Amino acid sequence: MSNLAGVVFDGVVYSSWLFLMAAGLTLIYGVMRILNIAHGSLYALGAYTAATLAGAWLAAGQAAVGTYAMLAVAALLVGLVMGPLLERGLLKWMYGKDEIVLLLITYAAFLVLEDVIKLLWGVESKMIAEPYALPGNFQIGTLAYPVYNLILIAVAIFTGLALAWALYRTQRGKLLLAVIHDREISAAMGINVDRVYLVTFTVGSMLAALGGALTAPAIAVSPGIGVEVIVLSFAVVVVGGLGSLGGAALGALMVGIVRSFAVRYWPEAELFTIYFVMAIVLIVRPKGLFSAPEARKI
Amino acid sequence: MNRTLGAFLLSALCALTATTTLAQQPVRIGIVTFLSGPAAGAFGVPARNGFELVTELLNAGNVPAPYNTKGLGGRPIELVVIDEAGGPQKQVAELRNLAQRVDYVIGYISSGDCLAVAPVAEELKKLTVLFDCGTPRIFEDASYKYVFRTGPSGTMDNVAAALYVAERHPKVKSIAGINQNYAWGQDSWTDFELAIKALKPGIEVKTSQMTKLMAGQFGAEISTLLSSGADLIHSSFWGGDLEGLVLQGAPRGLFQKHVIVLSAGEPAINRLGTRIPDGTIIGARGPFGPFAPDNEFNRWFRSAFQDRYGLPPIYAAYKATNALLGLKAAYEKAQKAGAATPNQEQIIAAFEHLTFEGVGGTVRMTLGKGHQAVMENAIGTAKNMGGELKMVDIKRYPAEQVNPPEGVKSDAWIKSGFKK
Repeated sequence: MSNLAGVVFDGVVYSSWLFLMAAGLTLIYGVMRILNIAHGSLYALGAYTAATLAGAWLAAGQAAVGTYAMLAVAALLVGLVMGPLLERGLLKWMYGKDEIVLLLITYAAFLVLEDVIKLLWGVESKMIAEPYALPGNFQIGTLAYPVYNLILIAVAIFTGLALAWALYRTQRGKLLLAVIHDREISAAMGINVDRVYLVTFTVGSMLAALGGALTAPAIAVSPGIGVEVIVLSFAVVVVGGLGSLGGAALGALMVGIVRSFAVRYWPEAELFTIYFVMAIVLIVRPKGLFSAPEARKI
Repeated sequence: MNRTLGAFLLSALCALTATTTLAQQPVRIGIVTFLSGPAAGAFGVPARNGFELVTELLNAGNVPAPYNTKGLGGRPIELVVIDEAGGPQKQVAELRNLAQRVDYVIGYISSGDCLAVAPVAEELKKLTVLFDCGTPRIFEDASYKYVFRTGPSGTMDNVAAALYVAERHPKVKSIAGINQNYAWGQDSWTDFELAIKALKPGIEVKTSQMTKLMAGQFGAEISTLLSSGADLIHSSFWGGDLEGLVLQGAPRGLFQKHVIVLSAGEPAINRLGTRIPDGTIIGARGPFGPFAPDNEFNRWFRSAFQDRYGLPPIYAAYKATNALLGLKAAYEKAQKAGAATPNQEQIIAAFEHLTFEGVGGTVRMTLGKGHQAVMENAIGTAKNMGGELKMVDIKRYPAEQVNPPEGVKSDAWIKSGFKK
């Protein structure tokens, strides 16, 4: 029984990580209709910035507990700098073009940012393990798990609830939903669509950077970490339905738990199971689990 | 008569000038190593550093004997360095371009790249020295004239690891593995599994985790290994994956509850230090790094590298240096045989079955019809000594004990119980 609980817990931890990435990706797609490949680079930038800031914090002789604040600062910093930079500096000039063109543009941005990362941080990996080890372990049955995993789950749940509240319970959120539904009508009704785009992209970037910043303490932050993440996040978003926050949450949970069971009981099929879930969902619901019905425009 | 004599003298003078000019012309060597992607920091850049440092020292004549002649037989060496990232298809195209710009090629860390470029080097008739890739299939499945490999094949990494485990941990009754899901990880696990089964018949395999390259997060895998009940866990992880496994596994007791073998763990010693728990068994893919023999040549290399880059050289830097030294030894052997500026055919003839002194010990080109190197291997155990991670209980294995004999494939040799 404790074995099963452990497997489920591992799945939920993985899902939380996936959700942080997928939430930003799906938000940006929902509002802007952009499949943002550069999301992977923003994740990597978040991880590198977190490792640098937390490292500098410790090097300055400050208390290790402050490194958690550094992780949050890194996410904010990357989101607030890179979000507007990419949206105002690049994407703004491309709106109205085909979705494929926008996808290629974000892919180009991804490649450029990967090299920028190499230029800034070099090719050596960066490590900042203190926040991971600091809170210690807890037990599920005979297995020890880092308390840090609970923090990751809590942040993912809080982020999901905060986003849902902001979208469905605030006036600005409702304006955003209106833009998701129909950009032209929203603009005609006086909604500043340009501003909505800027805010959405910045929040999405912040979520990607948060995912990276929270992952940094558990991994060696090294070139190429954004590639793996973006592929998995796309799988999650497609399962959940492009543009759906609830879909991203359910998709992340499904992929995370199925993967965890595969790792434990059928390791040869680990990678296969993730895409098997995606294939099954797409056969049953070609636009994902939570895709909204599309009105046909005449 | 006078006219004939004049023409003869003139042509002799021209020939002499041409020879002298050629002898002073730089030798251009194409270097292929990872400069971007996940393998760049782990191996590619340390290897490039090794190439650049030793080239500079060779050109200045500052390498100890027997390599104290300048450059390659007196000719200065010029390096043309290109990035190995991008996969085998790209590397094949890159080699076709590079071959036109350089005299010889040294390179390739990835086994996939080595397998792809070897036949192309042969087709282009370009002397190519593979320096790091591990797959034994290069010379076991094919025969090449223009391709050499001065680094030992990966077979000995896991055979030595299995021998070490059998000797030092005789009570181990079950094993598990966590390896990357591509040729390197799969081959390493297969070699280790076969070798340990040959040494300890009846040993049980609990689980084999094959993770995606650069997966980074191993929470579920670590839980599976912890609950597998295996006495020993084998991993050929490298780079960020290896560091991630240690960072995530050590706090959860993975290293305390199991004997852990990191068959390619040496580069992580500098990176992780005492975060690698005591008792971890570590290999360096040969007698490199902390496993290199404590002789003057090795001390010179370590000190020169440390002075330049601020870090001790990892095995990739050792293997890069050995490839350059091997080429130099072959070139100068061909010179001693009478060719002042030896051509490629003469260098190849000198390279085959060559024995030369490398920075980690003697390199003997005894396999693959004289094109594949063997070296001794060494394995040790990590121990925190005064806040510094040291290798203790180092065991050295002669090359013949950990490599198959000429003409025998590695897997068949291991399955046969290492029959000679």
